Amino acid sequence: MTTVTMPQLGESVTEGVVLRWLKQAGDGVALDESLCEIETEKVTAELPSPFEGMLGEILAPEGATVAVDAPLCTILGAADPASAAEAAIARESAGEPAAGGAEASPAPANDGSRGSVYSPVVQRLAAKHGIDLAATAGSGRGGRVTRKDVQAVIDARAREAAPTAELPLPLERETVPAPDMATVVAPDEFDAAPLSPTRRTIGERMVRSTREAPQAWMLVEADVTELVALRARERQRFAGVDLTYLPYFASAVAATLTDFPALNARWHGDELRRYRRVNLGVAIATERGLVVPVVPNARDLSVAGLARRIVDLVARAHAGTLRIADIEGGTFTVNNTGAFGSVASKPIVNHPQVAIVTMERAVRRPVVVEGDAIAIRAMMNIGLSFDHRALDGAEAGSFLAALKERLEALGS
Amino acid sequence: MAEVNVLEAVRTTLDEALAADDRVFLLGEDLEAGGVFRATDGLAEKYPGRIIDTPLAESSIIGIAIGAAHYGQRPVAEIQFADFIHAGFDQLCSEASRWSYRTRGEQYLPMVVRTPWGGGVHGGQHHSQSIEAYYAHMPGLKVVAPSFPADYCSLLKAAIADPNPVLFLEHKRTYRLIRQELEGAPAEGRIGRARITRYGDDLTIIAYGFMLHESLAAAGELAGEGIECTVVDVLTLNPLDEEAVLEAVRATGKALIVHEDTLTGGLGGEIAAIIAEHAFEDLDAPVRRLAGPDIPPMPFHHDMEAFFLPDRAKIAAAARDLAAY
Amino acid sequence: MTASETRAPRSREMLHDYLLSEEQLEAMYRYMLLSRRLEERMMTLNRQGRADFVIAGAGQEAAQVGAGLALKPGVDYAAPYYRDLGVMLVLGMSPREAMLNALAKRDDPNSFGRQMPSHWASVSRRVLTQSSVVATQLIHVVGVALAAKMRNDPIVAFASCGEGSTSRGDFHEALNFAAIHKLPVIFYVENNGYAISERMEKAMPLPHVVDRAAAYGIQSAVVDGLDAVAVYQTVRPAVDQARGGAGPFLIEAKCFRLWSHSSDDDQRRYRPREEIEDWTRRDPIALFRARIEEDCLFPAEDLDAIEAGVEVDVRAAAKWAFDQPDPVPGDALGFVYREVSDG
Repeated sequence: MTTVTMPQLGESVTEGVVLRWLKQAGDGVALDESLCEIETEKVTAELPSPFEGMLGEILAPEGATVAVDAPLCTILGAADPASAAEAAIARESAGEPAAGGAEASPAPANDGSRGSVYSPVVQRLAAKHGIDLAATAGSGRGGRVTRKDVQAVIDARAREAAPTAELPLPLERETVPAPDMATVVAPDEFDAAPLSPTRRTIGERMVRSTREAPQAWMLVEADVTELVALRARERQRFAGVDLTYLPYFASAVAATLTDFPALNARWHGDELRRYRRVNLGVAIATERGLVVPVVPNARDLSVAGLARRIVDLVARAHAGTLRIADIEGGTFTVNNTGAFGSVASKPIVNHPQVAIVTMERAVRRPVVVEGDAIAIRAMMNIGLSFDHRALDGAEAGSFLAALKERLEALGS
Repeated sequence: MAEVNVLEAVRTTLDEALAADDRVFLLGEDLEAGGVFRATDGLAEKYPGRIIDTPLAESSIIGIAIGAAHYGQRPVAEIQFADFIHAGFDQLCSEASRWSYRTRGEQYLPMVVRTPWGGGVHGGQHHSQSIEAYYAHMPGLKVVAPSFPADYCSLLKAAIADPNPVLFLEHKRTYRLIRQELEGAPAEGRIGRARITRYGDDLTIIAYGFMLHESLAAAGELAGEGIECTVVDVLTLNPLDEEAVLEAVRATGKALIVHEDTLTGGLGGEIAAIIAEHAFEDLDAPVRRLAGPDIPPMPFHHDMEAFFLPDRAKIAAAARDLAAY
Repeated sequence: MTASETRAPRSREMLHDYLLSEEQLEAMYRYMLLSRRLEERMMTLNRQGRADFVIAGAGQEAAQVGAGLALKPGVDYAAPYYRDLGVMLVLGMSPREAMLNALAKRDDPNSFGRQMPSHWASVSRRVLTQSSVVATQLIHVVGVALAAKMRNDPIVAFASCGEGSTSRGDFHEALNFAAIHKLPVIFYVENNGYAISERMEKAMPLPHVVDRAAAYGIQSAVVDGLDAVAVYQTVRPAVDQARGGAGPFLIEAKCFRLWSHSSDDDQRRYRPREEIEDWTRRDPIALFRARIEEDCLFPAEDLDAIEAGVEVDVRAAAKWAFDQPDPVPGDALGFVYREVSDG
């Protein structure tokens, strides 16, 4: 029995789809007779059988996507010319070195006599720390003392000298410290969740933002009673779209940014780029993790337009069908933390943007209003984190005050 | 989240660049029909008059891009296969790479030459080659060779925005094979920066293009054996990110440079020289190179092609040997 | 056809038919003289060991000045080859700048001492930076013209070269592409009969470069390159038509190289003595003056005054340039890459 595999139809092609089987199990197959139709990104073609015999089993049903060289079907009773050839090649090449013609720089000869030849780094470290290399055990080839061997001696000395001191990092570079939980928690007390690429990316970006951008945080309180009423009124008009507070909030943010270009900006190492257009990032929580698609030109959109855009982005974020264009080029980010019930949260700036606002949950509570009266009002906190390299508290504060004013004016 | 392959990343980035800037246009062979790799599929209909099919004349494809860039357009030229770019060598070497230098920056060329390179696709002598060493030897011409879709996006974008000529190398083997989620990926790339894609303290592997993926696969395999590799994605071949290479090598004291270009005169020699010059006192073993053998690349037959190319098994073997040194 | 066969005496009335004013004729004479005197000065400086290298256009001044005057300075793009001092002067390069260039001074606007002399460049005059590699520039102006056409800008792109350059593939690729896309390009060949020592017969089996035009479907004209007026009257209509959308032109000006290929060459080793003497008698500048005098366009004193003025300008420019600063050696490291785009 021999196996027919997916051919590579076209340069760079890695897989093909089986469109239709032209032969079924048990059918006789002549050499070069078409077995099936295959479609790749470059071509659609019939696969001529490389063997003669009887079709045994179809291993890839119609519609299946099959990687190049993966099996498609078996042919029974086939004389397999390839295997004979392979055997011949194997015999011929038995005397040759293993396929390593590309191994361009063979390892330097090491016959054990090199135990006393020390590499530059070993010599440098030994000299610096006064280590007798002759008395140091070598773990390298032929007993050679390696950098790690010397480092082990240095580390051991450090432990002896200051048993309570923090151990020096084994390498002179920034490393992520190894988690030491294993020493206090038995392995069966937790499940190790492998990090998805999204999770990993979020992690890296958060670390980068926290490491690179010194972030300050501010919180103001806005009276959104009128906005709540407005939304209740307008909700009727938006058939088919669940009108949340977010579009109103996004609209107010985009409008306010017009007067505060310093916040609608990205930090580019040696310069701060202030953008003329507001490309508003909207943080969306999905099963796969947080994504921040962008509403381009948010300032040019009405609340209704923003609502439609956001609904579309949310749907596609959950479906996993966002395009590259949807997620890049943001100049400022809005995070609707109120959706989780939060009343105050401290967001991390979406680097290289320089600021991010949160809209917290609107809560009805008694507040002191004009004339020292007490009224029940819907109050909402607005949080702002900003990159202190790019702007200062005064600017950030003015922005928040303007945003608050604009929100409070909505619906009134 | 939706994953994209390298071709989709390239196509989307071209699409976005065309949409964002009227000055951007594409020229090359078969582009209007979508290109032989389909990298420009659908763009001719979307941007009439801005996707220009040229005669089969590489020198003029590059020379016209030079003139148009000088005028203020943002041409993105495509050479159908890197193997055919040498007919335009003169235009890149004698003209494009020196335009800014000759005029102290008064005249400059915001142009990109994209071209598919690399082997492992059964392309034989003239559809498989690594051409980077010739072109990375031209001060004034930036050479970029990404490995992951996100980098294809961000660096192609950066290349189009760059006021200098950029040779943008697209590895054919990665086109449909390598997929990645782009969500969360940085939108802007920096030409001239390498990336350390994996940390380990036994040895450092330095690679680019498809060899980067093979190196990562080898590193994964070696981790199971207790050998931890630092892996550097070179990304920009000229100018080289010396600092990143040195940082990564200093961390382990052992360097293995992998490329599928032939050994002698390949970029590995330059990287090895940088390490020897600047990190000598941090070295714990001789610098090693794993490259194609010095034969005209590359033979067509599958087995001969596989024999020619470094792969994860050969990389792992070389790494094991170096780790044990 | 030789240059002399195409040349016919023209009356004062005929000149006026072609719309050349007396000022333009005077300008032609002045530019041709200026080009020649500057080159003579440069060659003297070279022989004195003060200028490292000279490559000249002596003998081709009529072809250069006549063509240069057909362009719109500051509007049209030009890629003049290394002999085209005459074109550069018409486009606005001053004698001082020419001498800065010849002496590779720090402030040479062409390359700031980075290139050999006569490798032109100027942003304000729209001159593309030129290399020593011949014919590459023919493709660059095609790119310029394509870009201008995409933007609907009414410019013409002009590139010149010697007949030797027309052997290179870039010449053919450039003509082909420009003709396919009907681009506003003037390919201008100053056929001086020699590529260093190689006579044209060694490079092509045809009598004229323009014989190749039909193969590319490109419009062409041949003109006596010793007659500045005839050159202007040939190139100017082509420039106007190209600007109007008629497509590219290939124009061949028959002229001759009065001097050796460069200051490092001695043409007496490969050119017959009689040929050099014959050409020397047909110096285009002398011919121009003779005809002007014959037609009594200007009094001889006016022409003498122009000559005296040019002589003074050239000496003053050379003296001034000689005292200008040389480049700082470390400046050689800069501008390998342009740091910022202008957007």
